[in-house]
Amino acid sequence: MRDPRREPAGGVAAPAGRPPRARARSHGRGRGAPYLFLLPATVLFALFFALPIGYALWLSLHKVEVKGLGLGAGARAEVWAGVENHTAALTDSELLSGALRVLGYGAIVVPVMLGLALVFALMLDSEKVRGTRFTRLAIFLPYAVPGVVAALLWGFLYLPDVSPFHFVLDRLGMPQPDLLDGGPLYLALSNIAVWGGTGFNMIVIYTALRAIPAEVYEAARLDGATPLQTALRIKIPMVAPSLVLTFFFSIIATLQVFSEPTTLKPLTNSVSTTWSPLMKVYQDAFGKGDIHAAAAGAVLIAVATLLLSFGFLRAANSRTRQEEAR
Amino acid sequence: MPDTKQSRFVATAVAVTLGATTLAACGSSDDGTGARSGPAKLTYWTWTPGMDRVVDLWNEGPGKEQQITVTVKKQASGDTLVTKILTAHKAGQGPDLVQAEYQALPTLVSNDAVADISGEAGDAKEQFAEAVWQQTTLGSDAVYAIPQDVAPMMFFYREDLFEKHGLTVPTTWEEFADTARELKEKAPDLDLTTFSANDSGLFAGLAQQAGARWWTTEGQKWKVGIDDAATRKVADFWGGLVREGVIDNQPMYTPAWNKALDTGRQIAWVSAVWAPGTMATAAPDTAGRWKMAPLPQWSGDDTVTGSWGGSSTAVTTDSRHKAAAAKFATWLNTDREALAALAKNSGVYPAATNAQLSDAFSEPPGYFSNQPDFYTQAAAIAGTTAPSAWGPNVNVAYTTFKDAFAAAAKDRSDFGAALTKMQDDTVADLKKQGFEVAE
Repeated sequence: MRDPRREPAGGVAAPAGRPPRARARSHGRGRGAPYLFLLPATVLFALFFALPIGYALWLSLHKVEVKGLGLGAGARAEVWAGVENHTAALTDSELLSGALRVLGYGAIVVPVMLGLALVFALMLDSEKVRGTRFTRLAIFLPYAVPGVVAALLWGFLYLPDVSPFHFVLDRLGMPQPDLLDGGPLYLALSNIAVWGGTGFNMIVIYTALRAIPAEVYEAARLDGATPLQTALRIKIPMVAPSLVLTFFFSIIATLQVFSEPTTLKPLTNSVSTTWSPLMKVYQDAFGKGDIHAAAAGAVLIAVATLLLSFGFLRAANSRTRQEEAR
Repeated sequence: MPDTKQSRFVATAVAVTLGATTLAACGSSDDGTGARSGPAKLTYWTWTPGMDRVVDLWNEGPGKEQQITVTVKKQASGDTLVTKILTAHKAGQGPDLVQAEYQALPTLVSNDAVADISGEAGDAKEQFAEAVWQQTTLGSDAVYAIPQDVAPMMFFYREDLFEKHGLTVPTTWEEFADTARELKEKAPDLDLTTFSANDSGLFAGLAQQAGARWWTTEGQKWKVGIDDAATRKVADFWGGLVREGVIDNQPMYTPAWNKALDTGRQIAWVSAVWAPGTMATAAPDTAGRWKMAPLPQWSGDDTVTGSWGGSSTAVTTDSRHKAAAAKFATWLNTDREALAALAKNSGVYPAATNAQLSDAFSEPPGYFSNQPDFYTQAAAIAGTTAPSAWGPNVNVAYTTFKDAFAAAAKDRSDFGAALTKMQDDTVADLKKQGFEVAE
């Protein structure tokens, strides 16, 4: 069927004159093209993604065995270990308590950071607020500060002998809490993460808020909704996908916490070298020089991260679907 | 939208191809071959500041004659460098020469990363004290490194504040404890010093002074003596002082510690010969008010000290110019000119015995200008260094020390339990690696 409107002027370019054989050949060439285009990406994926992961898995399944005093050439051999390293890591109380510490830390960081990000985003989106550009930048700015610098900066503020806070509290004759010990340590660490991460999450949520069509607000206003009702009943449900996304990122970032406790470690006796699971992996690899145990730890952390984050995504998706069905 | 998808693929393809080309371009070609000592181009991994200037002396002098050129690659110090050397060795890409702390040598030897250079450099032995040289041979006929610097431990104290509070310089550890108590009584805000768990070398040195031998061999078996009587004595001593509250329990090298030294809240520091450099940055305002004395002793008639730090120059098994590398390592650590340059440019306190009293050390360090005979005393103290006994997993013992003793210091709890954990973890790691361990 020919659509006369699509007929080019003069009608010469119509493929009618092409022999069927040529068409088949051109199809054959076309079928190969996508693979050709895929090739570089596939090669690089294999080289820089699959291969290193495979190597880490391979390392985690091996161990070093020493003969005699272990001095001199040929005294060390790499042998198959099966899941020995993995079971050792799973039964290692340090790794488990590290995981618990990180969960405790995450239980503070994620709700506080996302809660603040949402509140800030809603406030910025409100029509009554002035100086949005400046405020937005000011809240976002800490995100641009590297994690290690942020941890150093806060670490010095926490350290009783050099902290200006403690100086003021001392002058006022008030008690000076040691923020680098016990329970307050979790608050101190969480504070660094919240300070650094709120801005980024706020921008993500705020961008989603700006994308909501104005008609929706107009309709809400005509229905007599107050700003608070608009926020709770319209804005928050409509930015739910962004909230899910930021939650997802935050879980991953929390499980991978490393630089903040590592930076605070020299300042206090309370942060051990294996405070978080990743620190344990680092310690195994670079402190103890046991690359195989480190690989096993890394594999386990990767699996746990995948399970937790995708488990959350699934749960969030099925909830959304339920709501849609309703 | 098939169009966008396709163009994205093209973009990706172009980007990754470009990336791959750049990566390929980064690969470099290899340098010369041959086992003779020259001509050779050597790479040297070291963390010593100013080492490049010392190496320039070699490259323009003896190195030029023998066509042996050395290039310095600056590294981070400590445990991470050991791991880096081992990783490079695994890949067969190690440098020719590495700087290695004495306690890291058994680990490096056990991984077959450093070469036996007894044939090329065995003659250097006479230049060093027996206790120093023995650390590079691991008690065998082999020579795995040339000693570079030593770090005999000493007692540093604020002379003016000791006088102000009527304290005398302790010569035994018992007096040291009494001094701490006396100070706490007279000035409750001040501490004599702190027990810090963030540098295992300090505790190792103190144990060494008390006569501990942490790793020894029995036939083909390793014996770990971390919780031996000598070390236990040291642990209980410091644990007791922390529990009593007469010394501080906060880590050193923090801004708070710097401030405590600088404002006179802590009036003494058990440290080593390199302390002046550290103190000049930690407590700049109190320069000239500190003095150095020998470390307190366990019994009145002893004169023995431990060492905290110190390093050597080793030739790797990967080097294709071992003879040339050994030649350079020997020159660097025994030649008068080289040692003088090391002292001047890098502040290295030499392991070579007669260099400790050379012209470079006729003046005291600037921070101790009030103690003209600083280096004469230091050389005398260095001569009293106790032998040390390192094993193939010092790194594990050191890591466990940091965590276990930090927790014990924080809780002011039993240091003996922390020491037991250190022993158990070290033995468990040896066994896990397949070493045979004598009980």
